[in-house]
Amino acid sequence: MCLAVPGKIIDIREESPLARMGQVQFGGIIKDVNLVFVPEANVGDYVLVHVGFAISRIDENEAERVFAYLKEIDEVS
Amino acid sequence: MKFLDEYRESGTVQRYASAIRRIVTGPWTIMEVCGGQTHAIVRFGIDELLPAEITLAHGPGCPVCVTPLELIDKAIEIASRPNVIFCSFGDMLRVPGSHTDLFSVKADGRDVRIVYSPMDALAIAASNPKQQVVFFAVGFETTAPANAMAVYQAREKQIENFSILVSHVLVPPAIEAILSSPANRVQGFLAAGHVCTIMGYDEYEPIVQRYRVPIVVTGFEPLDILQGVYLCVRQLEGRRAAVENQYVRAVRRKGNEPARQLIERVFRVTPRKWRGIGEIPHSGLSLSPEFAEFDAERRFGLTAYTAEESSDCMSGLVLQGLKKPQECPAFGTRCTPEHPLGATMVSSEGACAAYYRYRRS
Amino acid sequence: MSQDFTLQCPVPVSQYSKVVLAHGGGGRLMNDLIAKFFVAGFDNAVLNTRHDAAVLPLGESRLAFTTDSYVVRPAFFPGGDIGRLAVNGTTNDLAMVGARPLFLSAGFILEEGFPLESLWNVVQSMRQSARAAGVEIVTGDTKVVDRGKGDGIYVNTAGVGIVEHELAIGPQSVEPGDAVLVSGDVGRHGIAIMTVREGLEFETRVESDCAALSPLVLELLNSGIEVHCLRDLTRGGLAAALVEIAETARVRILADEREIRVREDVRGACEVLGLDPLHVANEGRFVAFVAAHDAGRALAVMRSYPLGSGATIIGLVEGSGKLEPGLVRLRTQLGTTRILDMPSGEQLPRIC
Repeated sequence: MCLAVPGKIIDIREESPLARMGQVQFGGIIKDVNLVFVPEANVGDYVLVHVGFAISRIDENEAERVFAYLKEIDEVS
Repeated sequence: MKFLDEYRESGTVQRYASAIRRIVTGPWTIMEVCGGQTHAIVRFGIDELLPAEITLAHGPGCPVCVTPLELIDKAIEIASRPNVIFCSFGDMLRVPGSHTDLFSVKADGRDVRIVYSPMDALAIAASNPKQQVVFFAVGFETTAPANAMAVYQAREKQIENFSILVSHVLVPPAIEAILSSPANRVQGFLAAGHVCTIMGYDEYEPIVQRYRVPIVVTGFEPLDILQGVYLCVRQLEGRRAAVENQYVRAVRRKGNEPARQLIERVFRVTPRKWRGIGEIPHSGLSLSPEFAEFDAERRFGLTAYTAEESSDCMSGLVLQGLKKPQECPAFGTRCTPEHPLGATMVSSEGACAAYYRYRRS
Repeated sequence: MSQDFTLQCPVPVSQYSKVVLAHGGGGRLMNDLIAKFFVAGFDNAVLNTRHDAAVLPLGESRLAFTTDSYVVRPAFFPGGDIGRLAVNGTTNDLAMVGARPLFLSAGFILEEGFPLESLWNVVQSMRQSARAAGVEIVTGDTKVVDRGKGDGIYVNTAGVGIVEHELAIGPQSVEPGDAVLVSGDVGRHGIAIMTVREGLEFETRVESDCAALSPLVLELLNSGIEVHCLRDLTRGGLAAALVEIAETARVRILADEREIRVREDVRGACEVLGLDPLHVANEGRFVAFVAAHDAGRALAVMRSYPLGSGATIIGLVEGSGKLEPGLVRLRTQLGTTRILDMPSGEQLPRIC
């Protein structure tokens, strides 16, 4: 379960405490997404989107770790 | 697409596969819990890349598959009533109930609609004040915040013709149920990454302590799964057992605070029946007393209904990782995606459907 | 994995006693319905070839004849409308047997209350499409049904064309070693439709790829390319076309995912909705099976046309030997292999 897709926030309009609506871009298509669960996310950030809500902000530094880790283990071998 | 393509890059994937081969002595059985991970493994042929010492078992990570039979029947009952608009995620439409499925109800002329988000169902309720709009709120913890928000906004905006039929299940109790079974052969877990974006991963610590199995929070792309397997195997080879986070770009230890707060307000933890497995205590969510008026089972008077499972379908054993789909006598003959006997063949995440689609050869 | 089981289901077509939407989805359920009801029911040699159009001897010539009904909702969508589909879809079916399309009929089933201005727009669209495809609409029919009994407008078009080459274009001519080409990127039409449906809207438009294919096909034939089979990609997508041909021709196909093009916006929509682009409908794309020695030339011819500029060679036909025929395998971008199957029914967005 849990199809959540990474997309880039390109626009945010604050609406209410229950809805912080943003436009998120997924490879060239744009969808309206509710950003209420990621108050720390801003325009230019990437978020994971599931059923119309952003559920997590993607940390770009951490995203590198899977590659850095591979380099480490390859060097050790 | 950023954060997808680089995790599907062939060269890096091969290097992780080699790294696993270098450290494994095995054999090890690792279960990936989430249906989305099953889908990725089969779609990308990831099991082809793993050494033979590693067996991947596919877990009950498909809320579609584990929604109890009586809930499907209740959904069908509600959808069949006049003046109801029944909204659902696409996944649920072909899951067989005791006699029929939602797709057939739609064919009979009832207003059954597929939506992408529970908020779409709420919007339909707002535009159709004279009809009852019911949303089939299925999912793991990942979907709970969205479903909670739909109900919360319904109350705030006084959209009274909206209600939800709740079938939420929680992952950690399911993992415990699998581990506590005497027939269990799973030695390590890849925990469902998107569930953990919401819930964090503290709740796996007591499980690891009690059962001494590694649990690695894992993402959904080929690189994520391979790194998840690598970390799990590394623990197993080192005879360690700990909770590790592979999906660091999306998951934090405490999860998503605002989402968890809303879930705690709108839902409460209850026992829940898992189709093919049985009742697991503290494994489901129901609406809290504050929001009980939005419970469709109450609104439509269906709380007392129960149903019996067919004996042909062994999806329960498949869901617990005790059998592989192709070990079922009905697999591919009496039971195919066109006429499924059980939910694991209906849902595109179900192990049986995934095997049928991608692997038969 | 050595479990032995059949690919054809022994249970009769329906666990359903009534028609369900999946029967129109272009996938397994629809194919079963066609095979077991219509082909078996009408039973003749021409129908049994199961090809896009019937090729009929008429004196010294060969006539191609086909029909299609159009029920798309909404009737007007980004990149096209039901009228344009109705002309192009049918002329494309004629093109798929290598015929030059000549004439169409047009039957309209109109729902009471459908705006006449919309009808006029459909007619204008059909007029333009017919001119672009080089056909004339020479006969037709009009019916009106009660409000609530039709989706605004349904259109049926039947088409006739003339076969001016000597080839037998169809699954029966497919051979091991044939190259498989696709005329461009896939998935646009289905996504264009889905993204304007209630509940699934996106903020940006994806345009349908609806277009007339006959000029491109005729160019291939005029270049002397040894074309064995053509199939336009409609419901069920590229996967359905490949599987149908593999099963009818009793061959196996090996395709390479890296050679199949998908535009970024279509891909994004598929990722968000949980759809496989290989299962999504198209309206202006076709797959061509050509003799191996003509693969390079066929590609060059296709690419010299705007409509075929994105053409690629995506795979080849394998003999099945001792193995079960009808299987389509896909080499993934990771170098592993999976089986490509038809979608079983209606393409449904998923969360799981």
